[in-house]
Amino acid sequence: MMTFSPTDLFLILPELLIVTAACIILVLDPVLRASDKDGLVWLSLGTLAVCMGLTASQMNTSAAIFSGLVVIDAYGAFWKLLLYFVTGLTILLSHSYLKEERLYFGEYYGFVLLSLLGMMVMVSSSDLLTLYLGTELMSLSLYVMVGLKRSEPRSLEASAKYFVLGAFSSGILLYGISLLYGATGSTRLPEIAAAISGRNLDDPLLLFATILLTVGFGFKLAVVPFHMWTPDVYQGAPTSVTAFMAVASKAASFGAFLRVFMEGLGGLKANWSAMFLLLCLATLILGNILALVQTNVKRMLAYSSIAHAGYALIGVVATGHMENSSGIASVLLYLSLYAFMTFGAFAIVAMLRKGGIEGVNIEDFTGLAKRHPVAALLMLIFMVSLAGIPPTAGFIGKLYVFMSAVEAGLPWLAAVALIFAVISAYYYLRLVMVMYMREPSDLSSTSPRMVMSPALSIVLACAVAGVVIFGIYPNPLVNFAMQAVSALK
Amino acid sequence: MSQLFFGYFAGMIAITSILVVALRNPVYSALSLLVMFFHVAGLFITLHAEFLAAVQIIVYAGAILVLYLFVVMILNVTQDDRYHSQWRIAGVVCIPLFIESILLLSGGAGALNTGSSSLQSEPHEAITANNTLAIGKTLFSTYLFPFEVASLVLLVAMIGAIVIAKRDIGERDA
Repeated sequence: MMTFSPTDLFLILPELLIVTAACIILVLDPVLRASDKDGLVWLSLGTLAVCMGLTASQMNTSAAIFSGLVVIDAYGAFWKLLLYFVTGLTILLSHSYLKEERLYFGEYYGFVLLSLLGMMVMVSSSDLLTLYLGTELMSLSLYVMVGLKRSEPRSLEASAKYFVLGAFSSGILLYGISLLYGATGSTRLPEIAAAISGRNLDDPLLLFATILLTVGFGFKLAVVPFHMWTPDVYQGAPTSVTAFMAVASKAASFGAFLRVFMEGLGGLKANWSAMFLLLCLATLILGNILALVQTNVKRMLAYSSIAHAGYALIGVVATGHMENSSGIASVLLYLSLYAFMTFGAFAIVAMLRKGGIEGVNIEDFTGLAKRHPVAALLMLIFMVSLAGIPPTAGFIGKLYVFMSAVEAGLPWLAAVALIFAVISAYYYLRLVMVMYMREPSDLSSTSPRMVMSPALSIVLACAVAGVVIFGIYPNPLVNFAMQAVSALK
Repeated sequence: MSQLFFGYFAGMIAITSILVVALRNPVYSALSLLVMFFHVAGLFITLHAEFLAAVQIIVYAGAILVLYLFVVMILNVTQDDRYHSQWRIAGVVCIPLFIESILLLSGGAGALNTGSSSLQSEPHEAITANNTLAIGKTLFSTYLFPFEVASLVLLVAMIGAIVIAKRDIGERDA
């Protein structure tokens, strides 16, 4: 009855290391003195570095392990490497941020790692049951992390809201999975693909299953109309957690979602792409328009992250009209470039302090260029990149997505997206204008200041290096994304 | 014989379910819920699914119901009439359900049978063997990986609840 071998265990070594590190952190935290807790940060970072090496060495393997429930392939490796990187940045940012917020939770790092583990399970599962459990592991850790600022009602409200809506969407996802099991007789993606080949959505069971899966994933990806939770949760959560959610959780959800719809439901491509076209348009329109009227930077970035999910969906829609999967490659590229700029922007927001609290209103950025020229310059680069202006990474990402839309015979979709990219430039550049064009009102002690630390400098340097380098020379990342997508069946 | 048992369990489930929502005292409601759980477990036994029956009693009667009773007792909601004026909502919900059941009983029954015919061959295997053994073997061999992930989900839920609920010790000694 033995259905796994030691090789299987070796292939999931990164996952095992992450669990071990998380458990060590959870056990050590109560016995360590507050001054020694920096060790937990180094432990997590070290584990991530080792895992990065291990996963990079798995780039060329392609193996289905644990009786076909988990696959180790280049596609999973792409997402995992991105997730390690983002998690590393999150831990570095949290190290400074949690000190500023006076949140001394060693468990925090344990939750970050366990959440990462859930994401890794999501992107490498080829079975819907495993995928569901991965999603739950990721979400449960995030619910706790969102509510960590317990002294602040807004954080608790965000946590409760996220929990209720997250549980609701998990239920819908599970319902979709069970209907798909009813329609195809399996939860494994290859078997589902075999069972639905030649069928289309005239089968009501398959239709409902696809719709429910779309709704379930829609909540996780925060696409309109399943985005209602996003602004409140992103605003209420501690900013380091917001950055983690906006980047890592979105990337992992996209990774799992694309695998399910390409490997499992690939036969229904033409059908689901019409459905995603509607979601994509609604997301682009609502995300960008609502971002225009925000005065809180965290809420603005929340709507911006909704809008960016809309741009990424263009690549998914395009894939439905194409024979090859270059549309999917453009989604991978878009999300990895999006990671750099969004994380950088949130890092700056996290460290802009006004008195004892975060300066999250647009007015708090007034005249930042005078007081902190470097921080203002970095924010300028991130904003320009988010707006998609060359020569930054944001431009490259949009270029490839739009190109895939044109290639798929949907030039009008690219045109609509371009119009909304121009509209989005208004709210991104408004922040730049506030930073550069307005004089700081007063220089008293209550005026916002930047808190710099070595860890934060590393985070910002990594983010800005990604934005600038991949904006000028994106070829390595493009080839990597192509290689990853070719592993997708 | 099995028809007789089914009739008894199904009837009791229906009656106790109605009592759960109809009784005014929440403690009585919870107790009739308990009776209902036991009868659902009985129904599973008539289907030779003794593992499910045991899980039904341990999880629902043992854990979830105790939680309900705790909430009822701690909040002291022995007489709360807020939830007894919802018959209008209940009526609206009933109409589509009623129509659905009529449809299923008349035309839909044929469609359902064709769909489930392919699935009916499989369960017989599990019935002949000791099904608890079969579930255990599958869980720890084929589904080992998701099983372990599920254990981590429980770990996160447990520690998360403590972290959210504990008092701010960390902030004091720092």
